[in-house]
Amino acid sequence: MSSETMTIFSPQLAARFDALVAKYPVRRSALVPMLLYAQDEVGYLSDAVIAEVAVRIGITELDVRNVATYYSMLRFKPAGRFNVQVCTNISCMLRGGYDLFDRFQDELGIGHKGVTQDGLFSLEEVECIGACCWAPAIQVNYDFHDDLTPDHVPAILDQYRAKAQSEGKAAHA
Amino acid sequence: MPRLVSHPDEVKIVTRRFGQGAANIDRYMELGGYEAAKKCLAQGPDWIINEMKASNLRGRGGAGFPTGMKWSFVPKQSPKPKYVLVNGDESEPGTCKDHLIFLHDPHAVIEGTIIAGLAIGSKLGFIYLRGEYRYLLEIMEKAVADAYAKGFLGKNIFGSDTEFQIITQSGAGAYEVGEESALMESLEGKRGVPRIKPPFPAVVGLYGGPTVINNAETIATVPHVIAMGGEAYAAVGSPRNGGTRLFGVSGHVERPGVYELPMGYNLKKIVYDVAGGVRGGRKLKAVVPGGSSTPVLLPEEIENLGMDFDQVGKAGSMLGSGGVVVIDDQTCIVEFALRTISFYQHESCGWCIPCREGTDWLKKSLTRFHAGFGTAKDIDNIQYLAENMLGRTFCPLGDAAAMPTLGFVKKFRKEFEDHLNGKPCPFAKHTEMAIV
Repeated sequence: MSSETMTIFSPQLAARFDALVAKYPVRRSALVPMLLYAQDEVGYLSDAVIAEVAVRIGITELDVRNVATYYSMLRFKPAGRFNVQVCTNISCMLRGGYDLFDRFQDELGIGHKGVTQDGLFSLEEVECIGACCWAPAIQVNYDFHDDLTPDHVPAILDQYRAKAQSEGKAAHA
Repeated sequence: MPRLVSHPDEVKIVTRRFGQGAANIDRYMELGGYEAAKKCLAQGPDWIINEMKASNLRGRGGAGFPTGMKWSFVPKQSPKPKYVLVNGDESEPGTCKDHLIFLHDPHAVIEGTIIAGLAIGSKLGFIYLRGEYRYLLEIMEKAVADAYAKGFLGKNIFGSDTEFQIITQSGAGAYEVGEESALMESLEGKRGVPRIKPPFPAVVGLYGGPTVINNAETIATVPHVIAMGGEAYAAVGSPRNGGTRLFGVSGHVERPGVYELPMGYNLKKIVYDVAGGVRGGRKLKAVVPGGSSTPVLLPEEIENLGMDFDQVGKAGSMLGSGGVVVIDDQTCIVEFALRTISFYQHESCGWCIPCREGTDWLKKSLTRFHAGFGTAKDIDNIQYLAENMLGRTFCPLGDAAAMPTLGFVKKFRKEFEDHLNGKPCPFAKHTEMAIV
């Protein structure tokens, strides 16, 4: 498949894939990052994403699914626009990671792997995110927020609500 | 933004450019960057490997294998291309040192990769970062592009006739991929399931070619070893443990952070002096010395303990990834053990039955136990289960789950007994975890 025809990806993403597969000694090496980048754009690994990635790499859809199900960041249904990932592993747990997770649950009215009705937020309890010395820490999509207390939660959520609003306005301008 | 910390006892070698804008290539060069790579290009592979051997630098990922020796295992002549693979899949709970290296000194990783490539005669290196580190991957990608633009990477590095290329790679969430053979599988676009060894990666590695795999901290240390000279670097540490280590101190301390201290530095001083002691004036209950897979140590065990691979090993634990997790006396060890095993259960790739089933049963037993439904026999069963996982799996994840569990049960048996017969947990409030 060339990047110009039959793609569900943006031209930028399609071009990125074309560059990526050409880079490695073996085409298939692009698979894992490619799935993640596709998910970043589409929101999740839909059947269409899996089909297209399979064609671009030159392997079967089954093979793509076999690999994709191994990696915990890859998902097969939509998350919220802002996916809140709260680390509760040991270093974060010792400094209040569970209190933080509880507060996010209360504020958002959803639990682990839940999505808010407006689709704006989803919530996940996650394993260590490599911010142990600045615990407790979370990631919202790829952004880190560290050294938190439950009282920081409303402001963090407001920050992303405001971001959604300004991005929405920009899109309609 | 992760905060940088400082302490007078620190010996800043690997961290010496932190906080100085060294992610910018010109700034990195002002601070002496890329001189070590140029020197290595002039001196050749044998000289590099001798310097590395003299440095006593040992792998910072956790196993502590001597880096110079690892490089020397790669055959000089190989019909297949040779590769350098940098392991930045930092995922061991309690460990965040590579996070700071990628953030503050990405060119040190690139320069170290070039030097490793020159040492083994490789033309292609990979720098693999865990998927969660997207902003750090972007910093690395920018740094690699800048190094290409300067001619430090490419067909003719530093104007020579030597080629060296670097590809950066993102993971997508998997602790197991930090194991070297699983890392290669992931980089080949497969599930991160480990390979049977031997053959070792130095002989048959990535794409079947000889491959050197080093932790990101090890690689970032390499240019400093070359700049200082192997012997001078070795002199900073303790016998057979060259140089410094980035200790990430987390948990119940006043000043958590990543501190660079000489190998062999006293663990009690790390807790009480460097990191400011136990938070809120509480008492110390235990210390996990090197990431969540290393067996827990009691306060009396850290008194005279020098933090190097050999001394911590002798004390019945491991230096591991250098992630020191400090636990105060208000913490439930059963809950801590449960959270630890839940992690390994979640991350077990499922290939080896002792690990797949063992972590699952340990999690079930500890969940029941912590909820107050344990029986006296459960304590022995937990120990029996963990003992039977040890050494029975292809990769170290099974051991990484069993070893800390054994430590908790053996050293805190009384606390397990305090949970018996429906007694409520004396400390904790969280009995349910979402991760299953």
